[in-house]
Amino acid sequence: MSEKILEIKDLFVQYTAGKDIVRAVNGISLTLEQGESLGLVGETGAGKTTTALSIMRLIPHPPGKITGGEIRYRGENLMEKSEAEMRKIRGHEISMIFQDPMTALNPMLSVGDQIAEVVRLHQKISRADAMRKACEMMEIVGIEGGRANEYPHQFSGGMKQRIVIAIALACNPSLLIADEPTTALDVTIQAQVLELIEQLKQKFNTSLLLITHDLGVVAEVCSKVAIIYAGEIVEYGTLKHIYEHPSHPYTIGLFGSIPNLNETVHRLAPIPGLMPDPTKLPAGCAFAERCSEACEACTKSAAPYVEIEPGHMVRCIKFAGKEC
Amino acid sequence: MFMLSTTTKQEASLTQDTISIGGHGQAKEIIGRFLRNKAAVFGLAIVVFLLFCAIFPQALTQYDPIEQDLRNRFAAPSSEHYFGTDEYGRDIFARVIYGCRTSMEIGLISVAVSCIIGVIIGAVAGFYGGITDNLFMRFIDILMAIPNTLLGISIVAALGNSIPNLIIALSIGSIAGYARVVRVSVLSTKGMEYVEAAYATGASDARIIFKYILPNCLAPIIVQATMSVATTIMTATGLSFLGLGVPAPTPEWGAMASSSRAYIRDYWWLVTFPGIAIMITAFSFNLFGDGLRDALDPKLKS
Repeated sequence: MSEKILEIKDLFVQYTAGKDIVRAVNGISLTLEQGESLGLVGETGAGKTTTALSIMRLIPHPPGKITGGEIRYRGENLMEKSEAEMRKIRGHEISMIFQDPMTALNPMLSVGDQIAEVVRLHQKISRADAMRKACEMMEIVGIEGGRANEYPHQFSGGMKQRIVIAIALACNPSLLIADEPTTALDVTIQAQVLELIEQLKQKFNTSLLLITHDLGVVAEVCSKVAIIYAGEIVEYGTLKHIYEHPSHPYTIGLFGSIPNLNETVHRLAPIPGLMPDPTKLPAGCAFAERCSEACEACTKSAAPYVEIEPGHMVRCIKFAGKEC
Repeated sequence: MFMLSTTTKQEASLTQDTISIGGHGQAKEIIGRFLRNKAAVFGLAIVVFLLFCAIFPQALTQYDPIEQDLRNRFAAPSSEHYFGTDEYGRDIFARVIYGCRTSMEIGLISVAVSCIIGVIIGAVAGFYGGITDNLFMRFIDILMAIPNTLLGISIVAALGNSIPNLIIALSIGSIAGYARVVRVSVLSTKGMEYVEAAYATGASDARIIFKYILPNCLAPIIVQATMSVATTIMTATGLSFLGLGVPAPTPEWGAMASSSRAYIRDYWWLVTFPGIAIMITAFSFNLFGDGLRDALDPKLKS
């Protein structure tokens, strides 16, 4: 068994909004091994980005606060690190790619400088060497190194995302968190960027935590999938488990809302309703209200995790041996 | 066909341009962009000329600006006295040239001092927010509650009537403007995703303020600074008028204009030339400032 890069145990994150407490993440547990890639799938507001920012310890505080659980990176608890220690980890050990490449680059610095910045932050090398490294990184992500002196606005969206990737990988991190890296891009560019991420992951043996709401993207890149709903993981397993035997009604619902090329349907089957208000989460299963198979027991107490096949966990009362 | 060929040529020259730039490409590019702006270059030329007047006034006139010649009072502009003479027979051209030194000294130094202090206060307040923000900005509110002239009068009255004290008074008075402008743009820049991304690369607070936030707030700071060179000179003028600015015989445009206001009906040149000098200074600084702002913003590059 290879080394565990990242281990999240029972993570709770809250935001305070006036008098209300927004429970964004409620007891998420994940593990990620060296070179593995995990897809974190869920709809808007499910707590995906909050989880990612917790790993980087970048939750804006106030209003956000990690209220429980621990995050271990290579066995060390990140919650106990000082701010200065975290700064050494960010960008060097753990990197992050942001959703919108249009705004993720500093408009006042040339792209080469921005890549060189990270390198110089974490490695003691001269300005010229850092610049050389930056040009190298640009070549690796498929942009001519000669364009290093150009500014972000001179690049297209897809190229900007390549540069963001170059910045993230410049220090050869062991863990890359990609927060919806393709959401803001055209479909054709999406495929290219995903391929690039996949390639570089192989090349640098980086572990990847891919956050997305697109099951298609996950299928292309990830080996493990966690489906997250209202700050909880409802189903967790390998790509094969999730795609071949989706078990939680929410996962089944997600697949039902994807158009299939081989079938003729007039309308897709969306999941009715909205996610529950994170300030007033129900006592039982958070999905019960929208679930077609829900019963009374669902609204009373939360279901336990059940391992329906080795490595495939589902949190639904259907599998807990209780009758509905 | 013709159109086509010109565009390809342009593109070719553009790519060559960008590739040939070396390590310090940024400064070179900014200068290049600035030089392409004709109005800005014109403004800069006048600013340079004014600085030349301020540093080498004796190169432009052989007259002594404070030497009186009572037999030659109110002489009209002529080839001997280009701008005529004033009520004490002093050569106005010489006084305008020498006055440039006083005005520039007051304008530039006090703008620099207030800009540095104001930017630091504004950036810290905007970046850290919360109590820090509240403390700094309430202090700024106190400063703003006192009219500039009144503040100037009290400081000069307390410290004594001299140019350094005048500079101190003017600097304190304009700190508030910078602090507010900078705070607001820091607040809006702080929320940008590239600042978050910079945190994610492990950058420290200071690095983020100086490399990511302040450069993106430069435009309003530069505009505020260049505009206030002119305003500061005008405020100094006002204080001189009240007898609290530049001590008497030293040539200063504002003092010259105000002391000769009594003769405006009969001897127009006494008040006109210092006035034109103030106007040209303000105009050229504004042109220069606008051009600089455009050059510093890579998004406007075409």
